[in-house]
Amino acid sequence: MNNNSSALKNNAAGAEDRTVANRIRAVLAAHGRLSVDVAGLSETDDLYAAGMTSLASVNVMLALEGEFDVEFPDQMLNRSMFSSVAAIEAAVRKIVG
Amino acid sequence: MRPIDVLSPDVVEIAAAHAADVDERSRFPSEALAALKQARALSDAVPREYGGRGFGMQELAAQCSTLAHGCSAAGMILAMHHIQVACIARHSAESPYFQSFLKRIAQEQLLIASVTSEVGTFGDTRSSVAAVERKGDRFELNKDATTISYGAHADALLVTCRRNPDAAASDQVLVLVNKDSYELEQSSSWNTLGMRGTCSPGFMMRSHGSVEQIVPGAFADSSAQTMVPYSHILWAALWQGIAGAAVARAAHQVRGEARKKPGTVPPTAIQLAKIDAQLQSIRHNWQSLAAEFDTLGTSAEDLQALLGMGWALKLNNLKVSVSEAVVQIVHQALQITGIMGYKNDSPVSVGRHYRDVLSASLMISNERIASKNASMLLVFKADST
Repeated sequence: MNNNSSALKNNAAGAEDRTVANRIRAVLAAHGRLSVDVAGLSETDDLYAAGMTSLASVNVMLALEGEFDVEFPDQMLNRSMFSSVAAIEAAVRKIVG
Repeated sequence: MRPIDVLSPDVVEIAAAHAADVDERSRFPSEALAALKQARALSDAVPREYGGRGFGMQELAAQCSTLAHGCSAAGMILAMHHIQVACIARHSAESPYFQSFLKRIAQEQLLIASVTSEVGTFGDTRSSVAAVERKGDRFELNKDATTISYGAHADALLVTCRRNPDAAASDQVLVLVNKDSYELEQSSSWNTLGMRGTCSPGFMMRSHGSVEQIVPGAFADSSAQTMVPYSHILWAALWQGIAGAAVARAAHQVRGEARKKPGTVPPTAIQLAKIDAQLQSIRHNWQSLAAEFDTLGTSAEDLQALLGMGWALKLNNLKVSVSEAVVQIVHQALQITGIMGYKNDSPVSVGRHYRDVLSASLMISNERIASKNASMLLVFKADST
């Protein structure tokens, strides 16, 4: 497992100014298959209520692992860990330390 | 666990006596259901505090397996009923309405059917078109269901639907509707290859009720924590029961051959030994998962575990492997019994069993499950097993 804290600092092109939350939102926009615009969701809005299916959530997990260069341990791979932007951010920060 | 501890042999005998007629006429196994009510088995999944026997997963699964040995349709109906009762008991314990409903199940031996399938969702139980529409403290709920097993014979229905008319397809709740406040208009037939006695045609359902009949929380949780584990384990158990009945018929014929020539082992006995091993393997498969499920309580941590991929994968693997194995086992039982097994009216006929187990890979299609597992395995690391 890669517990490299530099993963939070820069990754995708021009990432210097991108906050973790914005990178999570970009992943959600690309892979979450939400029925609403991700920009209109608050940090704590329920992503499942916004239309994310369990299958789409797996793609979000995969894309987050790629974006932050981390591996989520199995006990984190459940609905509640990926239920909102804030929950995902907490999970990402927990892994990268 | 002995079968006699979970179900009276009389019930199995009654179910078995009518199984061929139930299959032939594609009719509801009313004798078996009357016997189950007499034995008060319809409240075996109801917690003791509400007047049931509070059976755990191992006991319920053993019961479904035992009953399906006599009659597949009765076994499936009992399993589906227990699944609905478990959803109510495990997710509505705080609600006075559902507490009194659980007592009614025990007192009146009510039969609960499930309404999950729907025109337009293409077999995906985790999405709905229909939505519950609240008006004050009342609701209206209409659903175009592609199939409702024993729908015409149930006393109440547990229905999946969207939380409200604006909710996303996957934002679902469970709603209990009572017979006196729903109408069912049959929209298709149930003339099938097997499982004919489950009487599962399509229905247009129109219902209304009080908002307290909406199960608290999200179906996303009750699905993963209850409906999926109970379905896959109880189904696996009853499918094994059907295969076991076919093996018992094959064994009966092999013993008959052996008696004609004491001292020589008939060639069919070798084939029998092989399917006996396969049968043991699938029995142990569901028994072990049922035992593991029963070690879980209702603590937040245990319920959280059921939401995880580890449990989803294990349950899906059980469903897929048992549904494939039972077909092979019954096929081999047919090879052993030969023409006598191929005849529909011989004592060792296995045609009904063969047709019934063919439904196993279709009830929540194995292809769909394999695709879900494939996707989960892309992120699941099996690091805690």
